[in-house]
Amino acid sequence: MSNYLFELKEGLIIAFKAIRANKARAILTTLGVVIGICAVALMSTTIKGMDIAFEEGISSLGSDNLYIDKWAWFSDEEFWKMRNRKNLKLSDYEKFKNLAQLPIAVAPTLWIVKKVEYGNNYVEGTLITGSTDEYLKTTNFDFDEGRFFSAIESKSSRNVVVLGKEVADHLFKSKNASEKYIKISGIKFKVVGILKKQGSNLLGNFNPDKQVYMPIGAVFKHFERASNRSIAIIIRAQNTSMVEATKEEAEDIMRRIRGLMYDEENDFSINQQEGLTQNYNKTVGVIKIAGLLITGLSLLVGAIGIMNIMFVSVKERTREIGIRKAIGAKKRTILTQFITEASTICLIGGLIGLILAILLSMAINKFLPTSIQFDTVILAIIISLITGILAGFAPAYTAAKMDPVEALRYE
Amino acid sequence: MNIINLENITRIYQLGSEEVRALDGISLRIDKNEYVAIMGPSGSGKSTLMNILGCLDTPTSGKYDFKGINVSDMSDNELAEIRNREIGFVFQTFNLLPRSNAFHNVELPLIYSGIHSLKRKEIAKETLTSVGLEDRLHHKPSELSGGQRQRVAIARALVTTPSIILADEPTGNLDSKTGGDIMLLFNAIHKQGNTIILVTHEEYIAKHAKRIIRLLDGKIERDEKNE
Repeated sequence: MSNYLFELKEGLIIAFKAIRANKARAILTTLGVVIGICAVALMSTTIKGMDIAFEEGISSLGSDNLYIDKWAWFSDEEFWKMRNRKNLKLSDYEKFKNLAQLPIAVAPTLWIVKKVEYGNNYVEGTLITGSTDEYLKTTNFDFDEGRFFSAIESKSSRNVVVLGKEVADHLFKSKNASEKYIKISGIKFKVVGILKKQGSNLLGNFNPDKQVYMPIGAVFKHFERASNRSIAIIIRAQNTSMVEATKEEAEDIMRRIRGLMYDEENDFSINQQEGLTQNYNKTVGVIKIAGLLITGLSLLVGAIGIMNIMFVSVKERTREIGIRKAIGAKKRTILTQFITEASTICLIGGLIGLILAILLSMAINKFLPTSIQFDTVILAIIISLITGILAGFAPAYTAAKMDPVEALRYE
Repeated sequence: MNIINLENITRIYQLGSEEVRALDGISLRIDKNEYVAIMGPSGSGKSTLMNILGCLDTPTSGKYDFKGINVSDMSDNELAEIRNREIGFVFQTFNLLPRSNAFHNVELPLIYSGIHSLKRKEIAKETLTSVGLEDRLHHKPSELSGGQRQRVAIARALVTTPSIILADEPTGNLDSKTGGDIMLLFNAIHKQGNTIILVTHEEYIAKHAKRIIRLLDGKIERDEKNE
């Protein structure tokens, strides 16, 4: 072991000498690894950033929420089967709310899509969530201005709205929005509050920043007939460990409300954000693998560059190898020497690439919450070392198995 | 005590379909503290013989005992070890590492035999001093004259206190004055009890040796004392 360490140390000294002797070449070769490691490190942080953004988005929706719906969100259940289910009505919600013991909040929701206007500004296709004041308790919303609509406003189906940050910015630019009136399908609604930016574009239209909230009664009054649409019921469990129990209770109550016999299937679905997470993992999983493969390719190109230059270096130093062998270098010694040299180049390249990636991630941080973590740093260093060892092996092996007589004769 | 014992050594090269018998049944004994010159015209097999004596190459057939140990079928690594501990090479073209200074060149064989830094430095410095280069330790080969380079090479050959010094045309690239100085150095090294084998085609160089072996067409033509 100490012998190996000894050879490693000598190998390092030789490696630094060789690199110094061919500066321009070493810099160009290193560049490939710099780019490769930088790309891999950035890609892995970006992926991490996406995960963090998604988790933050999910938690802004309330992570312990269950959704009773006519439709199963993430299941392979057949469409026609669910279509034939009875609609969930507001009366179902009332019954459910009275019976449920475990949830800390129960709220009905109905989603519609409308154009919202203020003066000449408008946002097409805005998702409008109709609910009650209790909806707030199912979320982790903070407010920039104002408040959520009150119980009284909810009960009496007043024309009041709460705006998501992006919607408000579009309609009012930088002007104050509170107490102003916006128009939806020509009907006036008073703005009572504006949400703080929740910030997750990964949720698409479900991003609260892009939504408008109003009392569910107002939705039915102006836009939908109660008999046409099925609502969903949002239930918030006390905490994550209570989600399962809350779900079981909800299923039980719903079966009672629907008057189902013990052998009948549920004619409703209880959805969980877990489904959203699974869906996210499924989609993003592909992107992750593709991203890492592509950036991995750039690292591979860098490694091939190293291998190439090491072959040239071995050829050029044939005589040196002959001399070393004549005075007693073993195969292993020569092998160690050239692998060490390749690894040193890769390691230096890896470190530069890493520094570059850290700088770039600071720029990306403006769009996605990314920052290079300690484990990424360690991983990048290990990867660049392994790259060097793999890229250096073939050239080093050619050097190690050279015939000393031939090598000494080489001009 | 005999150091080298060759018995009926042949070395055959395959050049395309043609067989070249570079060495053809060489038997030879060299004892401790001998000073031998191997002579012969080019193509006589002296380089091949030197490569085999120096354990850089192995014979096609025959037996080679080095200090009583059969080296004819040793592995590459074992041969590397023998070269490191038992043989000191001096080449016509010096064969120093161009990027390393004199000191590091001399230190290198000690690195390969795993001797640790402090002791290594001491021995290397001592050896360089013994060839008169104590004030050139940190010069690179390109900063040294031909004679000085060959002295560095001789120091490198001596540094592991090997059983034999193998010198292949050591004065071939030097002017006659410097070459003469180098030969005096070899004579002194021989007087200290070392065994020297000199490969040359110059009569006046061979005259320094105490025994001259003449090769012709891969065979020993003559083997005589030179007193």
